[in-house]
Amino acid sequence: MKAPLAPAPRDADPARDVLRRAHALLEDHGLANAAAWKRDHPGRLAVGYMPVYAPRPLFEALGCLPVAVFGGGDRDVIRGDSYFQSYICHIPRSTLELGVSGALQGIDAMVFPAICDVIRNLSGMWQMLFPDVYAAYLDVPQNFRPEVGGAFYRAELERIASDLVARGALALDPERLRAAIVTENARRRALLALGDVRREEPWRCPASEAYAITRAGGALLAADHLALLGEYLAAIALRRGSPKDNVRVVLTGAFCEQPPFGLIKSLELAGCDIVDDDLQLGLTYIEGDIDAEAADPLGALVTAFLERGAATASRYIGDAHKGDALLARVRRARADGVVFAAASFCDPALLDEPMLEAAMDEAGVPYTSFKYAENTGQFHVIREQAGAFSDAVRLWESAP
Amino acid sequence: MSELVRVGKSPAAQRAAEAENKDRSQVRQKRMISDHFDKLARAKEDGRKVVYTFVPGNLTELIGAFGMLPVLPEINALQSGMRGRSGAYIAEAERGGHSEDVCSYVKCDLGMLRSGNLGPTGTPLPKPDLLLLSYTGCFTFMKWFEILKAEYDCPVVMLHVPYQATGQVTREMRDYVVRQLEHDVIPAMERVAGKKLDLDELVAQLTRSARAEDAIVDVWESAKARPSPIDAYFGGVYYVGPIFSSFRGSEDAIAYYEELREEVRGRAARGEGPMTPDGPMGEQKWRLVVEGPPNWTSFNDFWRMFAKEGAVVVASTYTRVGGLYDYGFRHDPRDPLGTLADYCLGCYTNHSLPARADLLEKYVREYQADGFVINSVKSCNSFSAGQLLLMRELEKRTGVPGGFIESDLVDPRYFGKANIENRLQSYLQMLEARREGRAPERTALPVALPVLAPGAT
Ligand code: SF4
Ligand code: SF4
Repeated sequence: MKAPLAPAPRDADPARDVLRRAHALLEDHGLANAAAWKRDHPGRLAVGYMPVYAPRPLFEALGCLPVAVFGGGDRDVIRGDSYFQSYICHIPRSTLELGVSGALQGIDAMVFPAICDVIRNLSGMWQMLFPDVYAAYLDVPQNFRPEVGGAFYRAELERIASDLVARGALALDPERLRAAIVTENARRRALLALGDVRREEPWRCPASEAYAITRAGGALLAADHLALLGEYLAAIALRRGSPKDNVRVVLTGAFCEQPPFGLIKSLELAGCDIVDDDLQLGLTYIEGDIDAEAADPLGALVTAFLERGAATASRYIGDAHKGDALLARVRRARADGVVFAAASFCDPALLDEPMLEAAMDEAGVPYTSFKYAENTGQFHVIREQAGAFSDAVRLWESAP
Repeated sequence: MSELVRVGKSPAAQRAAEAENKDRSQVRQKRMISDHFDKLARAKEDGRKVVYTFVPGNLTELIGAFGMLPVLPEINALQSGMRGRSGAYIAEAERGGHSEDVCSYVKCDLGMLRSGNLGPTGTPLPKPDLLLLSYTGCFTFMKWFEILKAEYDCPVVMLHVPYQATGQVTREMRDYVVRQLEHDVIPAMERVAGKKLDLDELVAQLTRSARAEDAIVDVWESAKARPSPIDAYFGGVYYVGPIFSSFRGSEDAIAYYEELREEVRGRAARGEGPMTPDGPMGEQKWRLVVEGPPNWTSFNDFWRMFAKEGAVVVASTYTRVGGLYDYGFRHDPRDPLGTLADYCLGCYTNHSLPARADLLEKYVREYQADGFVINSVKSCNSFSAGQLLLMRELEKRTGVPGGFIESDLVDPRYFGKANIENRLQSYLQMLEARREGRAPERTALPVALPVLAPGAT
């Protein structure tokens, strides 16, 4: 018989434990978890991948643990800097730092999805620096016709799958892929439920917590993340509180390099309820369920990418109007304004931003913009800027 | 000197120097380019359609087969840089909300557009009838044309060229490009042109391209001679003008490259070196390979820094962004769409970093270079990300130390003349010491890299 759990102190936050576990996963980039998983699953592979989108259900179907390697955060970069000029963003340096320092030793393969020239070239650097680790560049199509871009993407997925199988992954089995898709769909719905709480009762679910709980999923199998999300959602439902007089904002930045945690907290402290964001875009990149009933589940994965990929800086939007997707998010979130945050020296995000700002101008949506690096340590300027923005939005809204 | 890349002293001194030094091929190139801009100026009244597209992966033969006229925004940007206008254009784009962190070609083009879109001959460039987004070797291209799409009311068609990450072109990659040509690009061009593709004309264009490509490879390989009759970087950017831009596939291109080849052969036979901004090059003390694009805002100064020290560039990678013909590729008229796909897939910036290291190593060895210099430009992540590792790798493979310079393409704030000159001189001194057996080979990366800051000197 299990020993009864000690009752939580009367005022303890019901989400305290689950948040603590999520933070523990973030703090070491999920590497301890990957090591433990590998001990429990001898011979299986941990597959690291870089932002933004990676076909996680495919990796899971191959019996691998997908691990999001989204930079080194604010960890000291000593050797990584010597590989990059001052005008390159920060994420490749800190990622390389993780590599050359041996922190990624438990990662058996690295996948570099096509989002920009830096990640692309980093895939080549990885091949040169770590010849014993499988480093794959995953080209994603910018043509969304099934017989054109779809055929190409399918071949890309098959190529990577067969390379992983040759390195010890399980054979690509349609039924295992179907099961992985089912779980992925469930995880996505749980993330949507989290989004609903943020929109409807932001006091119950601050963005900084949502971020931690979401990002923790980068280090977990979808089923484990689903459980974590469920636990968190159940815990915050028990919270007692009341709405605050904050402004509602959407935080957007085509996030590849992740902003420091302190930055998100600073925005909250400046009076912003971040009711939607694209911080962990990859986990919600496919908008809608992947067809788990399809006779060909790999085809379903491809179709979902072609037809329901999120509008973001690294994806060609064809004839669609730039900014429409952001505006739809602003409206759905009933946001008062937009906070644009872009990683310094990030061409995709920074070149997108003026177009998105123009769309916000056209629609009369107020916004503010700033740059950051994952290791930014001082937030007072950002806090002041966000504070001034939220004051201005309030004034603007109360104007007759 | 050509209009495409104009170098010079004062205008009068330049005219005098030109009259004295001009080769027949240069006169021809100048006329070709001026004719092209005349055609562009008259395009609307002549009923000719205008296609904006990019240099890497350009589909000049296809555009030519439709009788359309290409405009290459990168070339407009570099010309603006050489004509001293890019600083103001960039400032204009930054006032409009564009970040100082991003590619200066994009901002220069946008600033030029907002300032009347005057081409190099001073006449306004026509608006595009089609934006052909040849998405080859650079992610910024997509953003660039998204921005232009918002400025012009015209269709855009994307040609996504997959990256050669494994150093190989697979059947799937090639099929993907061919299918896009069939399903998207050609139909879009047919709609704009109002007529079907004339396959015979495309074949004729491709046949002519291959002849011009043969000739340019001979020009590049002439640099194996001592002294080299060409400078394959500073001089090389003139040579690639016609083949990278609007002329590949034309009779003019054949005439230009065959004439150029004869001139270069003549210089080689006479034991002469290339022309520099200050006249014929003297003693060639150093044979260098250069990686990365040049700086355009101080192009002459940059060139002089090398020429003054007796450094001639015998091979460069920048002159391969519009095609790696010395790797054996030729446009093949027997397979019109397949060959266009192969061309796009094979451009230098579409090669992986390990493949770039292989190419540079090959150049250092085959051209018997004394050293290699990387000009790392702030603007261009496609070129720059990974260049420090490239340098380390090349030093390891060849035993030759590398030099590292930082500047920008067209943002004059990032050309620190004294700083660059010092670095080049120190590098050449290191080569000198090595040649005399006075210094050990350098094998390690510079530990702390200088921060490139606006106004750095
Ligand atoms: S932060 Fe931007 S530029 Fe840097 S790797 Fe990510 S997408 Fe590329
Ligand atoms: S990033 Fe480089 S390749 Fe791309 S447009 Fe700018 S200069 Fe050209």
